[in-house]
Amino acid sequence: MHRDIFVDDRVAARAATAPEADALVSMRAIQKSYDGRSLIVANLDLDIRRGEFLTLLGPSGSGKTTCLMMLAGFETPTSGEIRLAGKIINRLPPHKRDIGMVFQNYALFPHMTVLENMRFPLTVRKLPRAGIDAKVKRALDMVQLAGFEHRYPQQLSGGQQQRVALARALVFDPQLVLMDEPLGALDKQLREHMQLEIKHIHQSLGATFVFVTHDQSEALTMSDRIAVFDRGVIQQIDTPANLYENPANAFVASFIGENNALAGTVLGRDGELSSVRLSTGACVLARTGDAGGAGQPAIVSIRPERVRLARDATPLAWRVPARVTEQIYLGDHIRLRMTVADCDNFTMKTPISKLDRCPCAGEQIELELAPEHLLALAPNPAP
Amino acid sequence: MTAANPTLDALRDDGGVPLRTRLRRAERSRKLRYAALILPLALFVLVVFVWPIASLLARSVDNPELRDNLPLTLAALERWPDEGLPDAAVFDTFARELEAARGSPAIAAIARRLNREHTGLRSLVMKTARKLPLADGADARAELPAIDAQWGETETWRTIRRAGSPLTAFYLLSAVDLTTDASGDIVSLPDGEAIYLDVLVRTLVMSLVVTALCLLLGFPLAYLMATLPVRQSNLLMILVLLPFWTSVLVRVAAWIVLLQNGGLVNQALMALGLTDAPVQLLFNSIGVYVAMTHILLPFVVLPLYSVMKGISPAYMRAAVSLGCPPWRSFWKVYFPQTLPGIGAGALLVFIMSMGYYITPALLGGPQEQMISYFIAFYTNQTINWGMAAALSAVLLAATLVLYMFYSRYFGPTRTGQLQPR
Repeated sequence: MHRDIFVDDRVAARAATAPEADALVSMRAIQKSYDGRSLIVANLDLDIRRGEFLTLLGPSGSGKTTCLMMLAGFETPTSGEIRLAGKIINRLPPHKRDIGMVFQNYALFPHMTVLENMRFPLTVRKLPRAGIDAKVKRALDMVQLAGFEHRYPQQLSGGQQQRVALARALVFDPQLVLMDEPLGALDKQLREHMQLEIKHIHQSLGATFVFVTHDQSEALTMSDRIAVFDRGVIQQIDTPANLYENPANAFVASFIGENNALAGTVLGRDGELSSVRLSTGACVLARTGDAGGAGQPAIVSIRPERVRLARDATPLAWRVPARVTEQIYLGDHIRLRMTVADCDNFTMKTPISKLDRCPCAGEQIELELAPEHLLALAPNPAP
Repeated sequence: MTAANPTLDALRDDGGVPLRTRLRRAERSRKLRYAALILPLALFVLVVFVWPIASLLARSVDNPELRDNLPLTLAALERWPDEGLPDAAVFDTFARELEAARGSPAIAAIARRLNREHTGLRSLVMKTARKLPLADGADARAELPAIDAQWGETETWRTIRRAGSPLTAFYLLSAVDLTTDASGDIVSLPDGEAIYLDVLVRTLVMSLVVTALCLLLGFPLAYLMATLPVRQSNLLMILVLLPFWTSVLVRVAAWIVLLQNGGLVNQALMALGLTDAPVQLLFNSIGVYVAMTHILLPFVVLPLYSVMKGISPAYMRAAVSLGCPPWRSFWKVYFPQTLPGIGAGALLVFIMSMGYYITPALLGGPQEQMISYFIAFYTNQTINWGMAAALSAVLLAATLVLYMFYSRYFGPTRTGQLQPR
């Protein structure tokens, strides 16, 4: 079952030239370079489906913001084409694109009140006055800021400014809304609250949202699909669950969520399972990710919450010895840090209720690494 | 009740001193420390700034000539009921004091001061002084009218009493082309004598033109500096500041070299065939405007630059992304945010040009002399302190009015936007 998804993805990646039927935006063979020597965005193919919440996720410098800026029209691709609703928009200036945008620091006009800020996109479109007022009222109600019309942005809290910026980007009913790390300046609690609020607004409006962030939990919370960027290339684009459960390569596996990686060599491959010899000589079975054939180096990846202590019923082939180095009590769960094979930062995470007896630091134990939760991936290429 | 309220008890220390009192003591000693820190500066400002200005302004209403030279006569005139001629004592005192002043500068001061009240009194005073002293035992009340009939007129004595008052509005009124007529009403000076209002208007107009030129030239420059990469903008900044390190006099001299008939500018114009004969660029308004704009340009560029530097480029992007074309975005979103800088720069340049002296004096013709020229003229050449002080007062008042206008429309508390949250 898992294998099928991978095959599909690879096929999709190879045959990416044909745009999806329901794509609102399709970017094809996009390259962007600032200095003529290195590519910030290298050969990007991306389809944004109508009505979806797509997050561009990646470390800083991975090209996600550049990608967003090309969509908005503030950067032009060095090569390739961008289509919006079928029309090529490479050369269309940003003010003619009808794309709403929320900026990192909100960019609310400080010399205008909330009301004037909200009216701005509507007055430049020369809408009738009554229509403007109705739309502004609806948008402010949507973000629960009715009554703040006559405040200046500086008189609002960070969260309120964030909402005004969102409402301003939505008030002219754009078909596409771009957000460039809009929650970065908020504190954790408010950020989590706003994540849900933005998600609900997206669900109620049905507009297409493209959201840029480097925060993976933010991406997992909000998105329909996530595109993971690294070094100017989309490493994987998938639903949050698939990204987490079936990362396409070692970068995605380590970037999304916590991950234990054990280095080894592929011994052989039997369809959906590969057998990998770890550096200590122990052999494990793992689902085949993008690992190569026999003799190739590989990384065996497993999530901390999928690691279990070996039980009587555990098959011999699934057992791996480990030495506990640290035990961390976290109330609802316990984390065990241990040394497994060459990895001395191997983590296991388990609810306290699932533990009969908690191993102490220094204790030699055996783990159960079930093949369905192990994934054999090709090691990251050296940067 | 107090016992039931533990908080109030807790607010007292061991000695029973309430918290509020202790807080006040702590505050007081802190305030004293701050005051001590700024005391030297406060004294300095008081001695070299506030006091000289105040004493100069006092000069503009000071009326010392008769006070100093005819004190007893004025004292005697106090008792005069303003009807008929003053009594003999007044005449005697006046004759004695006039005699004492004879042959010294005092007599000229008296004559000049009285002549200002009523034309013709100068010759009367000088003539009378020449005839003094009167014979011993002569009755001054009879003799003076005999020297000149004007001494027998009530109006002459009224004039003396008026001119002897401790304060006079004469200089201030003159500075705005007004005077008092014989009955004491304020009237405009006749056309031929009125000059200072024209000078004031000229000063305002020239300052306005210079301010406008500085803004027109400085705004794009400041914008360029704020948007260029740091290296280039630093280079531009040095070029802007370079003139600052040169004396104004040297820069004015340089402009004379450049703008004179055989100067670089005229040679270039003629070489390009734009003109056959040299264009007159010096000793008229062109030279003054060119040099003043050049000298004052940094004062508008620097505040504008610092304001523009603080305007995030995200605002323009946001405006454009909301559907506003770039030029309109500039006017509706960027430009309004530069207004504090424009206001500050314009105010600086305007106030500085209002007081400009050296540049118009060296590069301008008679038609370009600003109010400072006349202040200098009265201070240095005619030693008319009253007039110099009055013109200064007018200049100061104009500047203050301007500043009030600025703080009303451009000041930091104009809208809610710049108030602390």
